Amino acid sequence: MTAVRRTAKAISLTAENGIFRIEVAVNGVRGSWRVGAEDTLLSALRANGWKGVKRGCDTGECGSCTVLVDGTPELACLKLAVSAHGREITTIEGLGSPAEPHPLQEAFVEAGAVQCGFCIPGMILVSKALLDKNPEPSETQIRHALDGNLCRCTGYVKQVEAVRLAAGKIKNREVRRAGQ
Amino acid sequence: MPDNKTAFKVVNHRVNKLDSLGLACGTAEFADDWNPPRMLVGKLLYSPHAHARIKKIDTSAAERVPGVSAVLTHKNTPRIRHTTAGQGFPEPSPYDSLIFDDKMRFVGDRVAAVAAETSEAAQEALSKIKVDYEVLPAVFDILDAAKDGAPVIHDEADSKNIPDAKHNICAAYALDIKDHEWYSTADAVIEQTYKTQYAQHCALEPHTVIAYFDADGRIVLRSSTQVPFHVRRIVAQSLGMEVKRIRVIKPRIGGGFGSKQEVFLDQACAALLLAAKRPVKMELSRREVFVSSRTRHPAVIHLKTGVKKDGKITDLDLAITLGNGAYGAHALTVMMCSGSHTMPLYQAQNNKFTGRTVYTNLPVAGAYRGYGATQGFFALESQMDMMAEAIGMDPVEFRLKNYIKQGQGSPIFKAMGEGREGVEQVMQSCGLERCIEEGLKASGWREKRELYKKQAGAKRRGIGCACLMQGSGIPEVDMASATIKMNEDGSFNLLIGAADLGTGSDTVLAQIAAEVLGVRHGDVLVYSSDTDLTPFDVGAYASSTTFISGNAVRKAAENVKTMILSVAAKILNEKPENMRLEGGRVVAASGISCPLSEVANTSLYYHDQHQIIASASHTATTSPPPFSAHFAEVEVDTETGAVAVLNYVAAVECGTAINPALAEGQNDGAVLNGLSFALTEELEFNAAGAAKNASFRGYKIFGAYDTPPIKTILLSTYEPAGPFGAKSVSEIGINGPQPALANAIYHAVGVRLTEPPFTPDKVLAAIRAKR
Repeated sequence: MTAVRRTAKAISLTAENGIFRIEVAVNGVRGSWRVGAEDTLLSALRANGWKGVKRGCDTGECGSCTVLVDGTPELACLKLAVSAHGREITTIEGLGSPAEPHPLQEAFVEAGAVQCGFCIPGMILVSKALLDKNPEPSETQIRHALDGNLCRCTGYVKQVEAVRLAAGKIKNREVRRAGQ
Repeated sequence: MPDNKTAFKVVNHRVNKLDSLGLACGTAEFADDWNPPRMLVGKLLYSPHAHARIKKIDTSAAERVPGVSAVLTHKNTPRIRHTTAGQGFPEPSPYDSLIFDDKMRFVGDRVAAVAAETSEAAQEALSKIKVDYEVLPAVFDILDAAKDGAPVIHDEADSKNIPDAKHNICAAYALDIKDHEWYSTADAVIEQTYKTQYAQHCALEPHTVIAYFDADGRIVLRSSTQVPFHVRRIVAQSLGMEVKRIRVIKPRIGGGFGSKQEVFLDQACAALLLAAKRPVKMELSRREVFVSSRTRHPAVIHLKTGVKKDGKITDLDLAITLGNGAYGAHALTVMMCSGSHTMPLYQAQNNKFTGRTVYTNLPVAGAYRGYGATQGFFALESQMDMMAEAIGMDPVEFRLKNYIKQGQGSPIFKAMGEGREGVEQVMQSCGLERCIEEGLKASGWREKRELYKKQAGAKRRGIGCACLMQGSGIPEVDMASATIKMNEDGSFNLLIGAADLGTGSDTVLAQIAAEVLGVRHGDVLVYSSDTDLTPFDVGAYASSTTFISGNAVRKAAENVKTMILSVAAKILNEKPENMRLEGGRVVAASGISCPLSEVANTSLYYHDQHQIIASASHTATTSPPPFSAHFAEVEVDTETGAVAVLNYVAAVECGTAINPALAEGQNDGAVLNGLSFALTEELEFNAAGAAKNASFRGYKIFGAYDTPPIKTILLSTYEPAGPFGAKSVSEIGINGPQPALANAIYHAVGVRLTEPPFTPDKVLAAIRAKR
């Protein structure tokens, strides 16, 4: 991983009756949330209607709750909600919708990579972060990126295919854009 | 129906899974993704003792915790014994469970439940429940549990259908079909004991149920279940109420693999709803899923076989003891399948099966993909290699000599059913030989078998195989039904009780309907698994949905087709027998045609007005097995005992694959689950019976990086009893990795491992013992 470590923003929050008010942007929607000191980002996201973030273990072991925080994959079940103050969060709903899916979402569908689908939001977000940094990953790099996202339905075969397929789609899209 | 596979328009095509776009976009809703207003959180208190009687329980302090709406124990819930096994009625599992009992039978058995405003309040209330236990001696070993003098786990008078409670035996069965004196004609007799481990399903979505009242005060259960109709029946039974008071809705489900065939959370949640009179959600934590949902039955298998020098198997005697833990869910049927789904694979002359399932003071076993066949095949396919070696025959050639071929049957099919006698079966389709041929080629078996004979150095390679079968539904037990209605635009609603738990059955069933109705699969709008709105289906288990629900859908679609043609006959002035459905139109042999929308509009608005709608049901008289051949190549590090899987090939035939992409996905997933079951997975317990590794950190399932190259080869046959020639595919793949890897390890380093998982310590100990 070559992620650039952001220096922690100075956060000054004060609690009122144990409740903090935080400012977050989720999928481009700015909001002000009331969260408890012990609330996780996972709980806060789900409580605020972002149900695409899934709870599989609550202990940082399955990857189902992965979201992008300022573009970097993070396990929402291990992050305190207060730590999201001032951050940009992307959940699966922020990538695309059934009407306008992201190439990764299309690719997961077309490759047959979605079985029960519970792990898929996390996997797609991890793949998004991978392709943002490395538009043409090798199979090993894809497997390495997906390794923290457990799936019990598939053999990861079609998911690796899906990431490859998506890489091609994104490249083609960029070629088309460049040609316009 | 003729074998006109090439003519299929929708079936046997890789169409996109219907719900996959919503799932990939996060818009598809799982059980907890929709919540009723004013919902409470339900939490359970668990026993810290493996075996204990509750002498006194005081909930008064818990009830006083602010935000607590209800506290339930054995004192204020119905005492109606039932089984949590979501099987057809009457269930062939003992009625030995209560919503809450006054006796605890394992560490993790449930004591009480609380419903509160927040999870924190619920936890606080649980901590304030005072329980006075009389701790009893416990038994954990499955062989010890059946001995005289072992602690009796179910000593209560009101349990039913326990064959021998005094010896903790919750199921027993014996069969002896003898052609000649046992072992009298064998040139070699081989005897070996195998032991398979406790394992958990690890569906990524934890078990979740939300209970609420509808506007009329009926109970609605939004449940992550594989068996919505069985949930409705068992909840009604355990609460002593009428079925009509309950509606069960299965939304999207995050995997089940058998663990969600169990009805244990729904009745507790419904009881909390009744007590709190507010919606209640119960969602298990991952630890609770490991300990207090369900597991695979651990087993001790003793196999004694006789073989002649020419490769004929003369004698096959399988004796199995399975551990069911504290309650007897699926006790009889898993045990039966360990013989009925394995022994018919080979045509042995003498067949004997002795099975028993025992209670222990450990977590409860239940249905788990493979369902006994997984345990049986580990023993049988390991021993096939041992027999081949004993007579100096190639293990593949030995299997080819003995496997059940098209046109052959087995006395086992007739003798051993699930909870009753089985059915006579003659194989109408069997593609095992082609699976073997293709698997041999793809794995490079012949070259590698030779190449790896002469090896030096610390790392040794080997290649091993296993052959497999399963079933397709439970014959003369499982029933499925479907309703199809037509809309103005020529689209159709398909209403099915069948439960898609991520398997893709909604898509497969839509493809079957679309094939009959001459439309695209996207023109079939599927609504499934709602006990108020969809017709009955036993649910998703026993590899039944494609085969049994698929036939119900095919029949319902045929009925709708008849109705369409009857309307179209008047529009086109043609005879129904001269018309067909194609490309969204009714097409006559003469060449004239009309769109389905015209037929629909005619029937709805113009002439002889009626809704084109039809239902059909299906039960099967046979359970045609899919067949599969697995080939595993491994590298064993003789210095560390580490086993690396270099390559895994699984060739499988499931008749016509209704959706080849989904069938491959099913097989890939089953194989991967089998691989970690062979190499890493084991739920372990301390001396007091408490689980030691109830987390994904302690219980290793493979991630993408650990996963070796898996190649699924899908081969087609045509099963006349299946819809468009289809058989099942969902379970079979999990049965292969344990024996295929054991055989590959033997080929690499000459040690025979009989107790999975094959962890480095065990492999190293075996290698050292051999030196």
